[in-house]
Amino acid sequence: MAMLEISNLHARVAVPGGKDILKGVNLSVNAGEIHAIMGRNGSGKSTLCQVLAGRDTYEVTSGQVFYEGKELLALSAEERAREGIFLAFQYPVEIPGVSTAYFLKAAVNACRKHRGQEELDAMSFLKLIKEKQAMLEIDQSFMNRAVNEGFSGGEKKRNEVFQMAVMNPRLGLLDETDSGLDIDALKTVAGGVNKLHRQDQQRALVVVTHYQRLLDYIVPDFVHVMIDGRIVESGGKELALELESKGYGSFEEEGMIARNAEAAAKGVQVR
Amino acid sequence: MTYVAPQKPAQLANFAFAGSDNNAAPWLSELRFKAREEARRRGYPSNKEEAWRFTNIGPIAKASFRIAKGNNQTDVSPYSLGSDAAIELVFVNGHFSSRLSKIDRLPPEVTIGSLRDAIEAEHPIVQDTLAHYARFTVSPSSGTPGDGRGLSAKFEANPFVAFNTAFIHDGAFIHLPSHTEIDGPIHLLFVSTTTNGAGELIACSHPRVLVVAENHVTATLVESYVGAEGQTYFTNAVTEMVIGDECHIDHCKLNQESRSAFHVATMQVEVGRQTQFISQSATTGGKITRNDLNVSLNGEYAEATLNGLVVISGDQHCDNHTLLAHEKAHCPSHELYKHVLDSHASGVFKGKIYVRQDAQKTDSKQTSKSLLLSDDASMNSQPALEIHADDVKCTHGSTIGPVDEEMVFYLRSRGVALEAARHLLTYAFAADVTRRIKVEPVRRRLEDFIASQHGLPLDLRITDLGAADDKAR
Repeated sequence: MAMLEISNLHARVAVPGGKDILKGVNLSVNAGEIHAIMGRNGSGKSTLCQVLAGRDTYEVTSGQVFYEGKELLALSAEERAREGIFLAFQYPVEIPGVSTAYFLKAAVNACRKHRGQEELDAMSFLKLIKEKQAMLEIDQSFMNRAVNEGFSGGEKKRNEVFQMAVMNPRLGLLDETDSGLDIDALKTVAGGVNKLHRQDQQRALVVVTHYQRLLDYIVPDFVHVMIDGRIVESGGKELALELESKGYGSFEEEGMIARNAEAAAKGVQVR
Repeated sequence: MTYVAPQKPAQLANFAFAGSDNNAAPWLSELRFKAREEARRRGYPSNKEEAWRFTNIGPIAKASFRIAKGNNQTDVSPYSLGSDAAIELVFVNGHFSSRLSKIDRLPPEVTIGSLRDAIEAEHPIVQDTLAHYARFTVSPSSGTPGDGRGLSAKFEANPFVAFNTAFIHDGAFIHLPSHTEIDGPIHLLFVSTTTNGAGELIACSHPRVLVVAENHVTATLVESYVGAEGQTYFTNAVTEMVIGDECHIDHCKLNQESRSAFHVATMQVEVGRQTQFISQSATTGGKITRNDLNVSLNGEYAEATLNGLVVISGDQHCDNHTLLAHEKAHCPSHELYKHVLDSHASGVFKGKIYVRQDAQKTDSKQTSKSLLLSDDASMNSQPALEIHADDVKCTHGSTIGPVDEEMVFYLRSRGVALEAARHLLTYAFAADVTRRIKVEPVRRRLEDFIASQHGLPLDLRITDLGAADDKAR
């Protein structure tokens, strides 16, 4: 069985009359695979990540998600994290008054406790931090600064991947980790992600991006095109290149055809 | 709020104006008499007055009080700063206890002791200074006690100052001559112990603190107001501080009164040229608390920092009124007040910045942030600027809201449980103020209290949270 099995996932904004965003996502991710999800703004890529991470501002209206055989949607956000799912945020949140060191220690130990492991003491935690800092070329002073507070866009994204390295997840969801990065920062961040992937051959990654550029550095096994809340096309890494040359337009038509076909099956006419 | 201004004649009965102390010096008798007359005339403030709009003092106005007695046998160890304090003056129900106090290690020219002793010893500074700054009359300034010497009408007369002055009896007197440097905090500990039997009048104390620091003085002062949980009493305190030029004065005030007690306090601070004054105020106790902090920057390049933290719950109410008067040019001021309100608690912040015409190049920043932890908690925040100069920088900002759900989700997405995330964020919110408190034992005591309120381990201190902000002061 796949590590992550998403079937017919529908979700909307969790307010009365909230907008439907995911309209039947199907995706299967095996251990060790890298999947890229590409799509325009508003196609539902970020929502998919947030829903998988347990964000309660979205409501799942139908569909199922299995993660390592468990019903993911039944788990709270913190339980998902402890079970090894990590979301690298598109817009990392600033938390004034809480240092990155404290934040990470609380996070790592919450996960360790959940897995029946002993909590890390200050010394072992420091050792872990130092090792990962070196890997991502992160400055020592990072740790004493409030989480993301006053960080540049690039620093925030780098901090996300650094956190991922420290948390050592089974499944990493990278939500537009490339946006806001200059080319050097992009290389560093992508290099870090690749190292993490090499370190644990079983680790799976789902990388959400607008641009093909990131995929020059993080080479995906599969590329999916998301349009209007569903995955309309899947393929190998060459699909990203095709997208780059043809644009999303051609896939949007395919999306329309798919919807029409579905509607026809239900006996409804769609214009 | 159903409180209506009480009938004037009835108010007088509520305070048993003791006619004792017939041996008092004429000036003191006169001062008390004047204050008593003002108290009679003025009565309690009502909700119709702007300054008291959001604080219902009905429970105080309806109650009847007696002056509480002292007790030298009180166990003050839970509240004492012990060896962390250079000097500790202990007051039980407003009465100085030399037995419980620690006043050794004092240079001979310095006076730190009971106000009553200083009055009896006819200390000249007391007569010249006491009640000259904390305003209680509404008559135009004429340089007599109670008018607020040299003050314009920007400081409103406060009826509770009149009550306090009418009852001046004991408190602390601190005189620090030029070039005095006191290492370690001077702790003024006001403990209320009185229990009330059924039908008894409510115990009341009117502690008075007078601090006179001449020039080039460095000192740290801590005022703690404490009482055992569950006891009902009324503390009506007034502190006057007159600070000369080029001083460094750090002041901390901790309100850890019983959550059934009433606490009303006015602090009037006069700040001289190039002096740095820091006020740190923290309220966790009191059923009804009203703090008035009036600071006047009377010399160029004087600097004031006013930080406040309120952490209350249940049916507690806390009202912080601050008034920062920029009288002279080139004075920076920084103000940060944070309120954390749980269950039915309510908070008020009214922060006024007054800039006189002469006070060019004023640089003033005021921030009020409030965290509502329950749907039933409420907060009123009112920044107010009154600027008569044209070359100044004054900013203010105010936010009120619940714990940020984005932050909560960010923590949860890293494995931190929902409740733990909320507690951590609340603690961090408060720690933004506590970490600026330089008196280590006071900071620790406060942080431990907040941590325990939020089920966090006691070893969780800001040093662990660590996120230092260079601008912190």
